[in-house]
Amino acid sequence: MSASLFDKIWDAHLIRQFDDGSSLLYLDRVFFHERTGSIALASIHEDGHQVANPAHVFATMDHILDTFPGRDDHTQIPNGQQFILTTRKQAHLAGVTLFDINDPRQGISHVVSPEQGIALPGCTLVCPDSHTCTLGGLGTLAWGIGSSDCEHALATETLRVKKPRQMRVVFDGTPAAGVSAKDMILHLISRYGTSGGSGYMIEFTGSAIAALPVEARLTLCNMAVEFSAFSGIIAPDDATISYLKDKLYSPKEARWEEAMAYWKTLYTEPAARFDKEITINCRKIHPTVTWGTSPQHAITLHERIPDPAHCTEAEGRAIKRALDYMGLKAGASIRGTPIDAAFIGSCTNSRLSDLRVAASILKGRKVAAGVKAICVPGSSQVKQLAEAEGLDSIFLDAGFEWRESGCSMCFYAGGESFGEGQRVITSTNRNFENRQGKGTRSHLASPAIVAASALSGYITDIAEP
Amino acid sequence: MKPFRQYSGIAAPLMRDNVDTDAIIPSREMKQVAKTGLADGMFADWRYLYKGTRRCGPNPAFILNQPGFEDSSILLAGNNFGCGSSREHAVWALAEYGMRAIIAPGFGSIFFNNCIHNGILPIVLERAVVDRLAEQVRSAPTKNRIQIDLETQQVLTPDGTCHDFTIAPLARAMLLQGISAIDMTLQHREAIAQFKAADSKRRSWAYL
Ligand code: SF4
Repeated sequence: MSASLFDKIWDAHLIRQFDDGSSLLYLDRVFFHERTGSIALASIHEDGHQVANPAHVFATMDHILDTFPGRDDHTQIPNGQQFILTTRKQAHLAGVTLFDINDPRQGISHVVSPEQGIALPGCTLVCPDSHTCTLGGLGTLAWGIGSSDCEHALATETLRVKKPRQMRVVFDGTPAAGVSAKDMILHLISRYGTSGGSGYMIEFTGSAIAALPVEARLTLCNMAVEFSAFSGIIAPDDATISYLKDKLYSPKEARWEEAMAYWKTLYTEPAARFDKEITINCRKIHPTVTWGTSPQHAITLHERIPDPAHCTEAEGRAIKRALDYMGLKAGASIRGTPIDAAFIGSCTNSRLSDLRVAASILKGRKVAAGVKAICVPGSSQVKQLAEAEGLDSIFLDAGFEWRESGCSMCFYAGGESFGEGQRVITSTNRNFENRQGKGTRSHLASPAIVAASALSGYITDIAEP
Repeated sequence: MKPFRQYSGIAAPLMRDNVDTDAIIPSREMKQVAKTGLADGMFADWRYLYKGTRRCGPNPAFILNQPGFEDSSILLAGNNFGCGSSREHAVWALAEYGMRAIIAPGFGSIFFNNCIHNGILPIVLERAVVDRLAEQVRSAPTKNRIQIDLETQQVLTPDGTCHDFTIAPLARAMLLQGISAIDMTLQHREAIAQFKAADSKRRSWAYL
């Protein structure tokens, strides 16, 4: 046997192999949200097709709705309400399960599908959203698709795909205390560039991966797409199994036993060969933050912002452009850079464990004067659990806003943004130009760094005063 | 979907690497629950000048606003064009604007597929070739048109050189005929049903 984890899942879903090298794959689940999925659903109905298996299709509201307390169908996004109403209407017509505003299961799709047991190890799941790769953290073969593919997935329960090449990334050794999954993935992307994983299906493995709690694995896989991977995946283990037990849509009783037995077969055989292998020594990873406008523009807090003068011409140009946009100086220290705002949220880092880490730093302290600080739990369930253990009061007492769940200012959800020139330390996954608002300057980091920086008023991993 | 066979058009060079879909269509420009009404927001951050957040006219520095490039229907792009968010709006915006083909050293993979579903031909050529094309069209955009033949899989450049490109046969067939992928797959209805019948016994736990 020389099958990889990915080969095993792929083969179990293979309906037909075509001469052109593509394969027709069976899809166990389709998930969509109100921004891209509503259009796909409306459009298949217009074309006279139907949803093939509504019981396997789930939808949530996360991208358009706002996150203000007491929210309703209105949002500041021009015509936003139309997306919400269309999604509701189309989901109802198609008979698919929708986690609507005010539903306790509502939340960011990639936070909801693990916590409700919709994404399962060894299953295929697609969603018209690039961060669907998050679910690889459970051992789900999950990837983001465009709306046309979503129409195809909904109408046929299948997709026609070409099997990607495979890469193994081994995170070896034990990272130092204070190094999170976010630091690990930013480290990888900064070393190999945002196109380092281009086109590959990546299996993340190694002792440091095995030691990660399930929620941290989701964080790590979330950013596989920022590495340009087809997707990322981690073999399920006992931690995965106990995470999924008794979730709403997890298999129950005899089926749970069957599922567990099957999941235990989901690992890469020792003889498996990968097209590419990367090994990362985790002792070399330190708390990391981005300085520029691409996730590969990441450095540790001890490093200095790169100098275009010390690079090749093309690199130098890109760096200079990023520095101009970010309003930063070449060679300056990233630690100590003053911030205007701090954001904890998004499908990368807004699960209960993330909020706990941030709260442990914020407890009994105050956000620095002039810093706008916002916490947006990743799902309504995360919010409710956090409130049950009093995390909301820690955030509120520290001076954070405590919001309803959704994508929020990870990009532009609800029509909100940070504003021109504002510098934000953010637990999200994309620091592209204008991502969090026109002219907004985003620095990606872990929730711990966001919390410490919010208290200090500048970028740091050590909370002051 | 318009079939794509032979095409000749004005090409606009936009040679930055890693142009992501947020740049092709910023979120705030995606106002409709529809695949239309997006062309106006295409490249909005670069294409217009702003006072605060309000647009105040075209940005003369942006390539599509420059003399000769107004009617471009082909884009020459840098590496990894269309990376980032999976939003298909990026492709809808390009299609609605009138873009028929994009030539680049590499594409974001979701974006690449979205192009094919929407009748835009994505062509991968070597960086040096795309750079040379960019140079040629810059000197005389309306005269130096680029010709594309999907049947023979060739790009004919203004200076007369010819570059072969490869494209997956399925994508080529869909573009040439302008037909939908769903209809192609539904021809395999039987096979799908058989697979499910067996799989729902094998992996009953995965079925709700
Ligand atoms: S939280 Fe951000 S990255 Fe995640 S799905 Fe929402 S918009 Fe996309």
